[in-house]
Amino acid sequence: MESLQAEGVKDVFGIPGGANLPTYDALYDADFRHVQVRHEQGGGHAAEGYAKASGRVGVAFATSGPGATNLVTAIADAMMDSTPTVFITGQVRTELIGTDGFQEADILGATLPFVKHSFAVTDPRQIPEYVHEAFHVASTGRPGPVLLDIPQDLSRADIDYEPRTEPVELPGYKPSTEGNIKQIRIAAKALASARRPIFYTGGGVINGNASEELRELGGSDRFPVTSTLMGLGAFPASHEHWLGMLGMHGTWTANQAMDKADLIVAIGARFDDRITGKLDEFAPHAKVIHIDIDPAEISKNVGAHIPIVGDVKQVLPKLTREYRALQTDSSRLDEWWSALNGWQEAHPLYYDPGKDGEIKPQFMIEALRRASQGDAIITSDVGQHQMWTAQYFGFEKPRRWINSGGLGTMGFGLPSAIGAKVACPGEEVVCVAGDGSLIMNVQELATCVSEQIPVKVFLMNNGYMGMVRQWQELFWDRRYSSVDMGSSPDWVKLAEAFGAKGMRCDDSADLEEQMLAALEHDGPVLLDVRVAREENCYPMIPPGSAARDMVEAPRAVR
Amino acid sequence: MEAGTPQAVKLEDLHVPGQLSGRKHILSILVENKPGVLARVAGLFSRRGFNIDTLAVGPTDDPSVSRITLTLDGAVHPIDQVTKQLHKLVNVLKIRDMEPEETVAREMALFKVSSAVENRAEIIQFAEIFRAKIVDVARRTMTIEVTGSADKIEAFERMVRPHGLVEMVRTGEIAIGRGHD
Repeated sequence: MESLQAEGVKDVFGIPGGANLPTYDALYDADFRHVQVRHEQGGGHAAEGYAKASGRVGVAFATSGPGATNLVTAIADAMMDSTPTVFITGQVRTELIGTDGFQEADILGATLPFVKHSFAVTDPRQIPEYVHEAFHVASTGRPGPVLLDIPQDLSRADIDYEPRTEPVELPGYKPSTEGNIKQIRIAAKALASARRPIFYTGGGVINGNASEELRELGGSDRFPVTSTLMGLGAFPASHEHWLGMLGMHGTWTANQAMDKADLIVAIGARFDDRITGKLDEFAPHAKVIHIDIDPAEISKNVGAHIPIVGDVKQVLPKLTREYRALQTDSSRLDEWWSALNGWQEAHPLYYDPGKDGEIKPQFMIEALRRASQGDAIITSDVGQHQMWTAQYFGFEKPRRWINSGGLGTMGFGLPSAIGAKVACPGEEVVCVAGDGSLIMNVQELATCVSEQIPVKVFLMNNGYMGMVRQWQELFWDRRYSSVDMGSSPDWVKLAEAFGAKGMRCDDSADLEEQMLAALEHDGPVLLDVRVAREENCYPMIPPGSAARDMVEAPRAVR
Repeated sequence: MEAGTPQAVKLEDLHVPGQLSGRKHILSILVENKPGVLARVAGLFSRRGFNIDTLAVGPTDDPSVSRITLTLDGAVHPIDQVTKQLHKLVNVLKIRDMEPEETVAREMALFKVSSAVENRAEIIQFAEIFRAKIVDVARRTMTIEVTGSADKIEAFERMVRPHGLVEMVRTGEIAIGRGHD
């Protein structure tokens, strides 16, 4: 506990059980907040939401066995999205390890593929050292989850805690942060000779707290900027250089720009398959500058012509300085911008507004933007609603968009909203949920009520697992297999049963007003928004296709 | 203008270096001697779809450090990507991709060969040619210890196989850099 306090921990999420009773006993007197979640997965996602909203390390506790295995999805999620988190699990007593004891699970072994690092405590004196190392590894370099597994007998041992004075030194762990200046100079010169450059930025810019630095670099010339799902908010959506998100459900312009670019500057992004589509046909004309803190990301999926390994916060200002020093004539980009503007005009985001009163899901996100004045932390689950939020909300600031990108974990939205609200109590926190997803961790409404965490859940309810239904419609001949969610539950009654406020909206004319009422209510709210059932999310690059094969929403003939 | 930075960079002059070397690589990896470290290394290989050809683990002159020597095929796997992924493991201290010209590599193998009276002399002769040692003789089998490069062990295997190879055990290659004068 003292080690955690020394790390500046203010809040943790978790559930007690047999093997972590000593920890919870110490927690009784400890000087930080413990949020008692209702399922360990919820605690894990809450820790992630906490970390993503604040940049501080998120911490979750679980007991041994099922408590620990319930954390696995959250750990894998944090790994995929490079979220700085520390998971502390109880383990059975030392003499029971390996005997299939009650509530024993080899959580260290089970999570090896999903952790940045993990520690198994074998001596109580290791605990303070490992705690500090865990926080160091989780929060530096490319952030990620660290697991600390402590057998019950060792966590109750009495040891003298001595505050650590030395910085953590791990001989096998030395992230390089500065970026090779020669490579940066070459990159600046490549930028100067590019006629069709594009900045493709990712979650690394947000994790690296480098939004300001990105804006500076983006402002050093008329460089167009696109971003992955994870990078939204690092560059303001209202900026004239902003092309919108790229990838499977990105904008037409951003994807065309990648396809036609002669130079891609990848910043804290990893060329995921949802970005590249068919790898062989990805960006066929482009040379690649790849800036990333993780050397293993360089040339993993797409070969880098100019690799720069370093912390974006340190590298970007150097690149800006070197580029400015070249005093390049920006008129070379005129032709590129006229192409980009042409695409933007011909292929904007579009949806059919629908019948009178009908709530189109895209309209719901636009209404949310107006109701919140764009100033809220938005979390989401995974699916159509997530993509529509990414497309239509227009994020202006970093750490305002919290979702599960890499692992794509349904049920992420509500618990991560809890974490975000605990981290940033002064901010409005809205979870845009899908009805398929919300039910997966709906038990956390109890946490919101009992811990007085006033998050607002705006449920985009179409009665389907919508994204799967969309794929079945488009690629599986409309054979809707196990995607209809039926009419259960009654979400308003469910919210009320938990002690939260339940609301329902099925008329587009009332939506914004109801959202405002929900935002003004001082406790947790679940607003069940009945949206058009079979709306599809467009534009879309069909899976395994190239960017130029993007499909747009069919235009309504009126 | 500083040395090493060209005056201007033409995009058409930029190239991505080739990823596949086309040859066998021996990686010599120093790891912290901590529980689970071998599982981390082995797990990384299986998860990333890298095939290990041979693997040998043993102590070093420092009791807190172990050495993992593994060989893999650079025609199939981008070695650079493999070493970068390995480096991400916190317990991995140092990785050397051994240069073939600068390396002494050895492997040991034990062959149990069926040795009827009529071919016993021939097997003994093979053993002599390969500077192998006969370490066990029974009525129907002989066990021979061979040390050398992987190529030599494979050559020996080809020689004795027609006589009836009962069992074979190989250690996997270990390697050390050549000394410099």
